[in-house]
Amino acid sequence: MTNPPRSRSARFSEWLDQQSSTLFITPAVLLILIFSIFPLVASLIIAFSRFRLRAGSYQVRWVGFRNFEKQFFGSEQFHFLGTFKGMSLFGWVVAIAVGIALIYWLYRYCRRQFWWLGFIGRIISALMFFGLALLFCATLLSGHQFGTLGVTLFYVFAGCSTQFAIGLGLALLCAQPIHGRTFFRVIFFIPLMITPIGIGYAFRMLADTSKGPFSPLWQWFGLGDFSWSTDPWAARVFIVIGDSWQWIPFVFIILLAAIENIPKDHQEAAQVDGASGWQIFREITWPQLLPVAATVMLIRLIEAFKLVDLPNIMTAGGPGIATESMSLHSYFAWRSLDLGQSAAIAYLLLFVTVVLCVSFFNYVVIGRLRNNPT
Amino acid sequence: MPNLQQRSILNRLFEAPAIGKMAPGTALFVYGLLLVWSLVVLFPLYWVLITSVKSAVDVNSGPVYLPWIDFQPSLHAWRELLVIDYEDTLRSYINSIIIALLSTLLCIIVGSMAAYALARISYKPKFGNILIFVLAMIAGCYTVWKYGVDWKISIAVAVAIWFFLVKSIGRYFTRSVGNGDILFWMISQRILPPIVTVVPIYMMFQNLRMLDTHLALILTYTVVNLPIVIWLMYDFMNSIPIELEESAQLDGASRFRTFWEIVLPLAKPGLAATTLLILILAWNEYILAVFLSTSKAQTIPILVSAMNAGERGILWWSMCVVIVIMIIPVVFMAILLQRFISKGVLLGAVKG
Repeated sequence: MTNPPRSRSARFSEWLDQQSSTLFITPAVLLILIFSIFPLVASLIIAFSRFRLRAGSYQVRWVGFRNFEKQFFGSEQFHFLGTFKGMSLFGWVVAIAVGIALIYWLYRYCRRQFWWLGFIGRIISALMFFGLALLFCATLLSGHQFGTLGVTLFYVFAGCSTQFAIGLGLALLCAQPIHGRTFFRVIFFIPLMITPIGIGYAFRMLADTSKGPFSPLWQWFGLGDFSWSTDPWAARVFIVIGDSWQWIPFVFIILLAAIENIPKDHQEAAQVDGASGWQIFREITWPQLLPVAATVMLIRLIEAFKLVDLPNIMTAGGPGIATESMSLHSYFAWRSLDLGQSAAIAYLLLFVTVVLCVSFFNYVVIGRLRNNPT
Repeated sequence: MPNLQQRSILNRLFEAPAIGKMAPGTALFVYGLLLVWSLVVLFPLYWVLITSVKSAVDVNSGPVYLPWIDFQPSLHAWRELLVIDYEDTLRSYINSIIIALLSTLLCIIVGSMAAYALARISYKPKFGNILIFVLAMIAGCYTVWKYGVDWKISIAVAVAIWFFLVKSIGRYFTRSVGNGDILFWMISQRILPPIVTVVPIYMMFQNLRMLDTHLALILTYTVVNLPIVIWLMYDFMNSIPIELEESAQLDGASRFRTFWEIVLPLAKPGLAATTLLILILAWNEYILAVFLSTSKAQTIPILVSAMNAGERGILWWSMCVVIVIMIIPVVFMAILLQRFISKGVLLGAVKG
């Protein structure tokens, strides 16, 4: 049996089919290589050099670790880490307590199962946590200013926990047998669709204590002259509120879907047996919700480290540097054409993000999944 | 058995009359909280909307809440932006539409293709080949940096050397990475803060003379959002029964045709939810637009912040108009596509 002579297009399409496994994935790989991996490497080179823009071109000079040195020990230390002027007793106590807790954690890991890669990973995480705890104790607990690193961590933890608490609460409320569920769902989803800039400016209007909508309330409390953007803590909380307003819908919509996916019969059986609402939640809903909740928080954690629009618009990093996140710090450095500094800060941010997110994923998410094989 | 009459009022208020129903007290509590949160969500939007019809005096003199009662609404800001100065607004708006739509389209196509491939085809790139590729690229970059070779030539030579080495010594490598590793590598790109990559991207586009063009923004947005698409669609593709594809392949359909005619239609709900999410992200993106566009490719979030730059202070009324016209199309899309979102499509990927 002989094959009939085939046309060129048929041969081409056959060749195409043979190559399809490569062709399917190549565009994604190429795009990521060009726009993600190459810039990552280039950024690393910039972080180790002094970079000057000249008319039409630029000049790169290798300076080694000087950019990083400046952040940790040099003239930018107050900006990045915070002000150190001796640690208070309380700070010492907390730092030592954290250190002991971490050593115990490592010790427990070594006792249970030992794998050298896991051990190294845990040492890195523990060192990172201890460093951050030390930073926290030396600045905040000793009554000094903290820098952009501390501010970023504040945004991440305060923002994520607020969003999780309120998002979970709303999801539980919406999972009740209520009328107009679709209506509430659409309404609650809206903030996610608004540009962060719009949210920033809208909250600036709302927070205005003299011309904003709540100004009679402020005046009534005798706080008419109070301004959110002059008090460091008020300004930080204000930004967390704006960020939470935007991202609660995301947590809400996914947790609601997860709750609705849980089979109803367990709950109803428990109800028949006379379990209280809290018992049902703790024993039935929560364990089944946990894997989804952990992953949602991982996504939020990753995104929260990148926060830049809101502080830029709501307070422009002020008062002083009180609300500057690391992304914003890097952006400001870029705007003053100090590209080396900018890249160095960005890399530090990447390092902190990766270590914290990987730690969260490895010790919390996977641990939970293992404990609850659902 | 206790008599119904003897029960206290409190018991009757908070005890569910039947399974799947709420007691009146609980219902009051639940609806109360839901209404409070609706107010929290809607009030900022209401304030933006009424600020857009306020005159400058009304904004600056203190809070006024209700149009026609507290103050006389006027459309002066709307007229200024949409009639008198419409060119700038229209251009930004069209730019935003083009960039958001095209980057979403590209992102969905490339991402779902990659997700499908990772879910169905098993890849085994050799570890050694990847290493050679990295080394070749490093060598290429080094020659550009040290000896000032033209980057196009150096990249081409590096790729050629890599290709040659893979063809000649590639088969001696044994260790390889699997699909899971590739998937993790792609998704982990989302961890990158945009600020890390944007400076080199800026310089790259400057080098190609592509700053302030649509293409630059489209490509950048595509890559930034690609990990999300791959992540969400991977799980969705995995949940599609494989038998349909197998029977199609037995009938002689090529992989592209199987993908186009069987997989994509089955993945529609997932595609809809993902599209909406990516569209929102691309439509609202600000920090990359600040870096990569100045005037020609200016998107609408830039226009919002441009209302802040004048010497007259912030033009709140104009800014609110821009925010309102930015929100409207997205809200429409969300209402159209909300059934896909509420179906828990996004849940699949998150389940872990």
